[in-house]
Amino acid sequence: MNVPDYTPALVVAIPLLGAFLTPLVSRIHDKVRNGFVIVVLALNAFLIGLLASDVFTNGIKTYVFGGAQDITLPIVRILFEVDGMSMFMAVISAILVLVAVIYSWAFMKENTGLDKYYTLILLMTAGMLGMELTGDMFNFFVFLEITSISSCALIAFWTHKGESVDAGFKYIVISAIAALFVLFAVGLLYAQYDALNIAMLANVLEYTFLDKIALVLLVVALTMKAGIVPMHMWLPDAYGRAPSSVTVALVGVTLASLYGVFRVCFTLYGNVLSKITKQIDFLGNPLTVTVNGTLGFVIILLAIITILFGVIMALRQIDFKRLIAFAAVAELGYMFLGIGTGIAAMGTKHGMTALTGGIFHIINDAVDVGLLFLVAGAIYYATKELSLNHLGGLARNMKYTSIFFIIGLLAVAGMPPMNGFASKLIIYQSTYQLNPILAIIAILSSILLLAVFVKVFYSAFMGPALPKFKAVKEVPRSMLLAMGIFAAIIIVFGFFPQLIVENIVQPAANALLGYTDYITHVIGGI
Amino acid sequence: MSEMSKIVRTITAIAFPFSMIYGLYIIAHGHLTPGGGFQGGAVVASACAMILVAFGSKWTVTKIKEKNLSVLESLGALGFIGLAFLGLVFGIHIFFNNFLVGSEFLFGHIPALGSSLADINTGGVLPLMNFAVGLKVIVGLFVIVLVMAYATTSFAEGKK
Amino acid sequence: MIFNIPFIAVIALILIGLYAVVFKRNLIKMVIGITLIGSGVNLFLITLGYRGDSAAPTIAPIYTSSPGGIMSLPVPQALTLTAIVIGVAVLALMLSLVVHIYRHYGTLDVKKIRRGEE
Repeated sequence: MNVPDYTPALVVAIPLLGAFLTPLVSRIHDKVRNGFVIVVLALNAFLIGLLASDVFTNGIKTYVFGGAQDITLPIVRILFEVDGMSMFMAVISAILVLVAVIYSWAFMKENTGLDKYYTLILLMTAGMLGMELTGDMFNFFVFLEITSISSCALIAFWTHKGESVDAGFKYIVISAIAALFVLFAVGLLYAQYDALNIAMLANVLEYTFLDKIALVLLVVALTMKAGIVPMHMWLPDAYGRAPSSVTVALVGVTLASLYGVFRVCFTLYGNVLSKITKQIDFLGNPLTVTVNGTLGFVIILLAIITILFGVIMALRQIDFKRLIAFAAVAELGYMFLGIGTGIAAMGTKHGMTALTGGIFHIINDAVDVGLLFLVAGAIYYATKELSLNHLGGLARNMKYTSIFFIIGLLAVAGMPPMNGFASKLIIYQSTYQLNPILAIIAILSSILLLAVFVKVFYSAFMGPALPKFKAVKEVPRSMLLAMGIFAAIIIVFGFFPQLIVENIVQPAANALLGYTDYITHVIGGI
Repeated sequence: MSEMSKIVRTITAIAFPFSMIYGLYIIAHGHLTPGGGFQGGAVVASACAMILVAFGSKWTVTKIKEKNLSVLESLGALGFIGLAFLGLVFGIHIFFNNFLVGSEFLFGHIPALGSSLADINTGGVLPLMNFAVGLKVIVGLFVIVLVMAYATTSFAEGKK
Repeated sequence: MIFNIPFIAVIALILIGLYAVVFKRNLIKMVIGITLIGSGVNLFLITLGYRGDSAAPTIAPIYTSSPGGIMSLPVPQALTLTAIVIGVAVLALMLSLVVHIYRHYGTLDVKKIRRGEE
């Protein structure tokens, strides 16, 4: 159907309007406020679906704020430029936040200060979607700061526990430093080329010394926010001590920062990625060092360290949610491995396949880890215990929760017929062709993750029924509905991966590699 | 925190309206001189913080309820984004469109090119957005300072 | 050479701020370090807006009646203003969290807080 031209602006503006209306609406009644927030997010998800169906079939859409829609040089207004990769990430964010709010209807009911909670979630949604849809570097920085401030306040929401506030403090220190580095890099790029628009910058970028500094600062700062080892210190604390619905939305924030890394590497520096920087003589054989080779090597190295570190630390944990957080770190390494192989082997067929696998793994991992966090939250809601030493025998009382946990376990470990198997198989195949050691490390880590989660399942759900858990009942229906939505997505994506790859993932991968399209759409002819 | 001596309180009460007028002047002339919403709002908020320091947080909390302040803050934010949405309705239907420029309604003059005398009747939607942002910044910064002062006071007393 | 002194000040501010965040143990000193990094980046953005005579034709015509032809770009001033506002919000949030941490743990020493829960 006919998608109006101003949909990219509405997608960010409607959560913002909802966020400012929530303190006034919440004076009426609690249930009215909950319903209002769900209606705003459902309307937003509907608009994102419309926009996605338009962009995946027709190509890039742009929207100029506050002026006529024809783009003339020099560009002075802020643009939103929506291509396949942006729409892919926006769809993930919309699903994650909608399920988080449905889950928190029952989960957060006994807490006070809930009007601020819903305001902050709507602000975080607006910030995430703005980060993913924008086509301007300084606008990206502003939305990055909006998202990190509101998500920090949400992590520290349980102020009666000292450890949540401590996790929030660590998160805001890391986020503030990362955002200031991004601002410094944006300033460097503006000083040289007098432009802030991503397409304009990508057109005129030559690879001078200051541009190299800007690339390093941007990649380091955005991977610091995305939780790649060795900058991952905040992630287990922040994911493990926040309320579970906030953790699910926080996964969306981490993935949006990861999207920032891709946008910088593939589109902003797209012209220079295939440049040859020097020819060195390595033991008698001539070796050409290209930019994408170096960048790809660094990214693959970080990814391997992330996978190994995440899995090994997950083996030692006793706290339920901290263990799932370390598994999430390992899964971030898988995504990064696919993308790194795509950069290092750019132009070859297995490079394209690796890129597709990495991008497909983003949506799979978001849903899998989200489901596991929701199960952990359900156990905390029912028993007020999170340590694996004190749990046991819960499968008798909480049947549906155990089934959801089995689905999540199989999906995270990459077992068929869940969706994790499809994306991980693509990653194994393509990285094997680059270097066999990478694929072997990836497969071994998957097996270790399966072992970790089977241990968790056995100690939390199986075993003799403990007397203190005799009165534990199944969790309320809204929480079961939220977990059911994720489980349904996992099973559907697992049974029909070819459909998803063709319609959703392949346009995203093509959009990421087609930086000339991105530039031409704004400037019109290089 | 407790209140200060009578001399400080009297001088603060005299100096407060002047600071407020100065801050509101910075907000209102934001489209002509350096200034605007945030800068003027920060000046007025520091005047309010001067009241808080001179009269003590206990007295201030009895006079001002925090719930009413948060309603004011939401009104400021809603004014800003409401003006942005109104751009979709009037003129060319673009979000954030400046639909008051060139109209005879409120701020619609178009200034001449080159240096000329400043005309307050220009700018379109911008002075209205300045007012909305200024209101939000005043109330927001004042609430932050008030809550921090009250929280540390009650914590110190609770510890004793 | 005299026009390079602000850039040296920027590097000095950022390095001192990073030193304070990484090596100091008091929470308030970490917050001050982040504020110093923010001030350094804001100074950098303002300084890069200065252009001498060479930029006279490219800046908007309403500025062309300035004496001497020395002018500065207006866009970095808007960027710096936004960055200052964001810095104020982050500072307020960090200080509120420090008040809460002090209420729970009774100390502001990072090593003691971390040992309490590891």
